[in-house]
This record gives sequence, structure tokens and C-alpha cells, in this order.
Amino acid sequence: MLQDCLNYIQGNGSDIALRIADHMKISLIALFAAILIGVAGGYAASVSRRGEKWIMNLFQILRVIPSLAILVLLIPVMGVGMKPAVTALSILAIPPILTNTCVGFMEVPPFMLESAKGIGMTEWELLLHVRFPLALPLILAGIRSALVEVIASATLAAKIGAGGLGEIIFTGLGLNRTDLLLIGSILVGMLSLGSLGIFSLIRRILMPYKYRRAV
Amino acid sequence: MNNRRMIAIEYEQVSKQFSKNAKPSVDRVSAQIEEGEFITILGSSGCGKTTLLKMTNRLLDPSGGRIILFGQDISTVDPVTVRRRMGYVIQQIGLLPHMTVEENITILPKLMKQDRETVRSRARQLLSMVQLDPDTYAARYPSELSGGQQQRVGLARALMPDPKIMLLDEPFGAIDAITRISLQNELLRIHRETKKTFLLVTHDINEAMKLGMRVMIMDKGRLLQFDTPHNIIRHPADPFVEALIRSAYEQQSFWEGVQDD
Repeated sequence: MLQDCLNYIQGNGSDIALRIADHMKISLIALFAAILIGVAGGYAASVSRRGEKWIMNLFQILRVIPSLAILVLLIPVMGVGMKPAVTALSILAIPPILTNTCVGFMEVPPFMLESAKGIGMTEWELLLHVRFPLALPLILAGIRSALVEVIASATLAAKIGAGGLGEIIFTGLGLNRTDLLLIGSILVGMLSLGSLGIFSLIRRILMPYKYRRAV
Repeated sequence: MNNRRMIAIEYEQVSKQFSKNAKPSVDRVSAQIEEGEFITILGSSGCGKTTLLKMTNRLLDPSGGRIILFGQDISTVDPVTVRRRMGYVIQQIGLLPHMTVEENITILPKLMKQDRETVRSRARQLLSMVQLDPDTYAARYPSELSGGQQQRVGLARALMPDPKIMLLDEPFGAIDAITRISLQNELLRIHRETKKTFLLVTHDINEAMKLGMRVMIMDKGRLLQFDTPHNIIRHPADPFVEALIRSAYEQQSFWEGVQDD
């Protein structure tokens, strides 16, 4: 079995590399789109009470629909390939980011705003230097869980011809070849772990204060 | 030339009513505060003392009356401008957790594009003034400081724009008794050194009497008495003031009783 795996990897190195690149490409594009929409939507939701319920509910409903169903539903609209795959994955990734952003902004302590306002910050400066940085830990936590979900679910993109590591897994399923299943799944797992590692590095750079020891 | 000092803050029949049917939180308060005075505002919670303070830097706007700072009616000045001319310190301090001590102190002058080197050297000077060694503390994050040290930074931040008026809302309310005493003494020293006008809100009669050159005593939104601690103790103007002073005496006699044992 192990020998089978090694043989396959040796014989198809460039192919596997391509799959990994596609997988990451689909995942990252979907994630960035989700970050844009999720953070903007989450902020908007935190600002207006009515909007909050509305936006949150919309994305909670979308979240209930399985990604595979969304993929299939998108085929008549967008055809096959990268576009519908990225769209479906974004829809999957938006809710955790949106929810966390909204909560992050709403939970900025009032006294932080009062003291910053009291020393003379304008509304814009408050947003930039108080609200956003204080919401950032939760926003990043939302992005982190979206990242994991997207990389795992990007496997399904192969179903509609968008490529990625799903190709290897589905081929393995079709041919009943355990070595392909193993290689595909392990690679997806490694991608998840690797991106989590890079993500925590980014977090460390963005929020160095979280990594100092408190007195 | 006028021999009297300039009036720094003038409250003219100032009222604040948060909603139409509610009782006014501040009820027609009139008072004049001279430049360089250390004034304390004393009262129990809900008496309107914090509301009065917040109206002074336009965090709130009065529903009646006028507030005049150095001859200028503040309702005619942009709120942000009013606040940038004043120091503001609150009990919860509100240091931004993602900024170092130095960044916290210098955030506003930097936003106002003041010269970086000047700002930096002033920040270090202010840290020394509040008894924090700049070399040790400037690069630390607030989470790496004790509560007392954080409030020292809060003071330094408020002093940064060299304001003529300092507003302090229960600045030592959440700080342990021993640290509080030393911070009070340092506040008095800073007041002597800078000759700024200080306005400090507290519910602690000992703090009010110790720090205030004159004390404003408030209850239910009204200013009951505004006088020197000496005159207030000798001639309380109101049963509430009398009760307040009696409570302080009672506490003192408790301590004296313990000493006698």
C-alpha cells in the first residue's frame, strides 16, 4: 500500500503539484471574497440593529444548504469550472467571518470608545484605531475557521470540473484505489495544517500584543 | 490689569435631561472655576457629577444653559476641537491594548501630524513626570502594566497636548488604597508643577477634600455647595452636606477607636 502511494507520487509529481496549486487557488480566491463581503457585511450589521438581524439570518440560511447542493444549483447559472466553485465556497466561508466581525464590533467596550473620544478622536479615527483593532482578534478567528472549512470543501470543486485535490480523491473513488484516496486526503489535511500554520504567523504579525506575557 | 485670575470654566444654569419625562440629571448648575484651581466634584452615584463633567468636553451637550471655557461658549466650537484642548481621564483608563505605552500616549498628536521627534521626546518627558521610567515602560503593552501604572499612562496621555484643563472622572476608583494615596499625591504634585485647571469627579469624600482647593457637592442633579473644604466642614449649607461630613467623621472615629485599643 505504502509502496503504491510512493510509486504514484513519483510517477505523477507534476500532476499532484498542479492539483495542489489549483486547490489553493480556488480556496484562497473564495476566502478573500468571503473576507471582503464578510467583514463589510459584519460591520454594517453591527452598526444597524435592524440590518444585523436581516444580514445574519440571510447567511445562516445559506449556511444550512450543503455546499454540494449549492455547487450543483450553480451549474445552470454559472456553468462548470472555477467560477461556480469559488462562489459556492465563498458562500460557505462568509457566515463565520460575518458573524465574528459583527460580534467583534459590537463587543468593543463602551469605555474604550469614551476615552478615545474624550481625548479627541474623530469618528473615522475611532473606527480605524479603536473599533477595528479591538474587533480584529474575533475577525481573525472567524477567518481561521472559514479557512479550514474552505480548504476541506474545495475537494468538492472537482465534481464540477474546477480541479484541485478532489480530482485525485474522486478518481480513487471511481477506480476503487485506496492509494489515491489516501494521497488525496492526506494532502488536503496537510494543506489545512500548513495554512493554519501560516495563518497563526500572520496573526502574530498583526497582533504582537497578544503574544506578550501579561503581568 | 485685572488682579483676579481668569475664569477657566463657567457653568451658567447648566441642565441635562436625558429624556422628556425623566428628572433632570443635572439641574441648573451655575459655577465659576478659576484658571489653575483644583476643583473636585463630590456626590453619590447618579447625582449628575459625571454628566456635568462630560458636558464640559462635549461628550454630552446640555439641554439647558451654557458652558463657557476661557470666555468662549463651547456650543459654538466643534466637539473634537473642544476635546483636543482638554485632558480626559476615566476610571477604566481605556488604554488601547494593541498599542504600546508610547503609542498610546502619542496617538493623537501623531494623528494631527505633529513632528514625530518633538512628540516622542514630550512623551518620554511625561512618562518621567508620572514616575514611569521611559526606558523601561515606553515599549510595553498595557497588559504588561499594573492598574496603577496604567492610570499613570492614562494621566500622561491626557497631559500630552499640554491642555489648560484636565477632566478626571473617578480616576482612582478602581485602584487599591495604597496605590491610590500615592497617585493622589502625585496628582497634587503635577497640579503644582503644571498649574493647569483640574476638575476631578469622585464619590470619596476624603479624596474630594484632600485634592480639592474647592469642592462642588452635588445631589440629585443640583449643586448644593461650592466652597473650600474648610468652609464646607465649618458651615455645611445643606442637610445632605452635613450628613456627608458626619459620615466621614464617623469613619475617622472608628480608626481612632482602633488605635486606642
